[in-house]
Amino acid sequence: MNTPRVLQVHSRREEIPGTFTLQLRAADDQPLPSFVPGQFNMLYSFGAGEVPISFSGSARETDSYTHTVRALGKNTEALQRLLAADDIGVRGPFGRGWPIPELAGKQVLVIAGGLGLAPLRPLIYHLNDNYQQFAGIQLFYGDRHPQQLLYRQELQQWSANMQVNLSVDQAGPDWHGHIGVITSLLNNAVFPLDNTIALVCGPEIMMRFSIQALRAKDLPGEAIYLSMERNMHCAIGHCGHCQWGPTFVCKDGPVFRYADIEKWLYTREL
Amino acid sequence: MQTAILAAADLDQLIQLLIVEGFQVIGPVRDQHAILYDQISSAADLPQGWIDQQEKGSYRLEQSPNQAYFGHTVAANSWKKFLNPPRRRLWRASRENGQLVFQAESNEAPPLAFIGVRSCELHAIRIQDAVYIQGSHPDELYRSNRQRLFNVSVNCTRATATCFCASMNTGPEVSLPSDINLTEVIDAEQHYFLVKAGSPAGERIVAQLPTRAADQTAQQAGREAIGAALQQMQTGPRYFDSSDVKELLYRNLESPSWDDVAERCLSCANCTLACPTCFCSAVEDSTDLTGDHAERWQRWDSCFTNDFSYIHGGTIRESTRSRYRQWMTHKLATWIDQFGHSGCVGCGRCISWCPVGIDITEELLHIRAAEAK
Repeated sequence: MNTPRVLQVHSRREEIPGTFTLQLRAADDQPLPSFVPGQFNMLYSFGAGEVPISFSGSARETDSYTHTVRALGKNTEALQRLLAADDIGVRGPFGRGWPIPELAGKQVLVIAGGLGLAPLRPLIYHLNDNYQQFAGIQLFYGDRHPQQLLYRQELQQWSANMQVNLSVDQAGPDWHGHIGVITSLLNNAVFPLDNTIALVCGPEIMMRFSIQALRAKDLPGEAIYLSMERNMHCAIGHCGHCQWGPTFVCKDGPVFRYADIEKWLYTREL
Repeated sequence: MQTAILAAADLDQLIQLLIVEGFQVIGPVRDQHAILYDQISSAADLPQGWIDQQEKGSYRLEQSPNQAYFGHTVAANSWKKFLNPPRRRLWRASRENGQLVFQAESNEAPPLAFIGVRSCELHAIRIQDAVYIQGSHPDELYRSNRQRLFNVSVNCTRATATCFCASMNTGPEVSLPSDINLTEVIDAEQHYFLVKAGSPAGERIVAQLPTRAADQTAQQAGREAIGAALQQMQTGPRYFDSSDVKELLYRNLESPSWDDVAERCLSCANCTLACPTCFCSAVEDSTDLTGDHAERWQRWDSCFTNDFSYIHGGTIRESTRSRYRQWMTHKLATWIDQFGHSGCVGCGRCISWCPVGIDITEELLHIRAAEAK
């Protein structure tokens, strides 16, 4: 698991400036290992370095991996320069994903902040494809500006099968949605306390405030899941970088149940 | 297998047998002013007649009143560098006609035989086994080194001041399996080893040594020598009950003691490199000047560095306080949740090799005292 496998960039799509989606396919005839929504791959651009990136495509697509990436450093900038037909090194899938088996029959709250929508998209595809299996689906997605919103076309499509609630920090007169932080949307959300599961992904501060809003409404800590991010080198629990309290984010996460890690989420510089 | 006696003068035969079997033999040697584990070719390479005196931030070798081979305690370095080298290449990659090709590194090192592994160190190796080979993604190089390893353990018959294996329940008597176990007995009249094979491979080697059966008196002498080391620790300042340490640290993540130790800690990473269980590593990617060849190297890393916890936007553990807390809490508490056992074996290396003499056992006492206030 130390050596990457060669995959090929099949297509590349610019989502918003600086954020792009790569669709990868095998360069040989070997099948791609399947993944669970919420898991991640280590992506290597030749000569640069490796970076953990969550899956953001549908788990039903068995012949490709889709990753939405934001260029923020040396490694992600190298990924940004990749074009269709370029080779890329891939290790994975790694980690524990969203608790899909627990969602059936539940009211599902999907809460995304910024790029946090990308690791949730495989889950949203699953919810959308099987929407009748759930008591209800509510998506809450907040970003800085309407132009920053990811997957805008799909958000429209999803609203046929789920309640889509958008929120931005600031917007022009053409924005008819909510303005403000996502927690104010959550404060007004209606869901049954005994049959709801919330799945949260975004910047750590956004996740803390979102969870506080849910907890203030008495949603149990056992019903809240979040996806964490830490420095990772090996992705298999050997390098130690992603340690977070007693957990390794790479193999015990990145998706955690809030009740299990509550103590660590509020400890500074952990 | 029965306990046998090997005359001290015949110890070299053990080493020669292992060399003939194809092992690269590693044992303690005197290198300038410290004892290190390194390659040896005969018993003459062992630091016979030398002992170590270790204290907080202090390590001194001195001549022993006797000619014991293993009168010293743990070496300055640990065995981990032989099983997981400090720097190693993981793979090479090349770009040929636009196509990317990876070539994984294979392990061509000869099998290793360790001579002089102490009880705390056997525990340390077992602790690293849990990290590297017991998960779902074993480290192939470590596993190959480990599976071929021949272990000659030695019971400690002397403790230095920094030793606290008795507090961590990892020694001084060897309790984990090894291929051959030795106890050195030396007094004015005699100098011999009690020899016990612990595996079929060990039995095969012992059968070729000029041994004789050990009588009750000889075995009793061995037990007394180990008892002396235990007593040295039990009557020293680093003897404590470690059974509640995890809960103690979990209750005290915001103890004022962390601020106090941060005032002294240089965040230099010495403790993590000297520690026989610290396993963290980093990878470095590079290319050559043509831009067509790339490599990935793995090297030991330390949770005391600034980069260690970096994610885009900044470092998570910016303060020395948070880094020392991470190291000590991991070693003594979160490790238990991760692997089912403590990450500390009580070898005392982090105490001796701390340039400012920070003592993990004292820091525990400080945290306990601050909580009681």
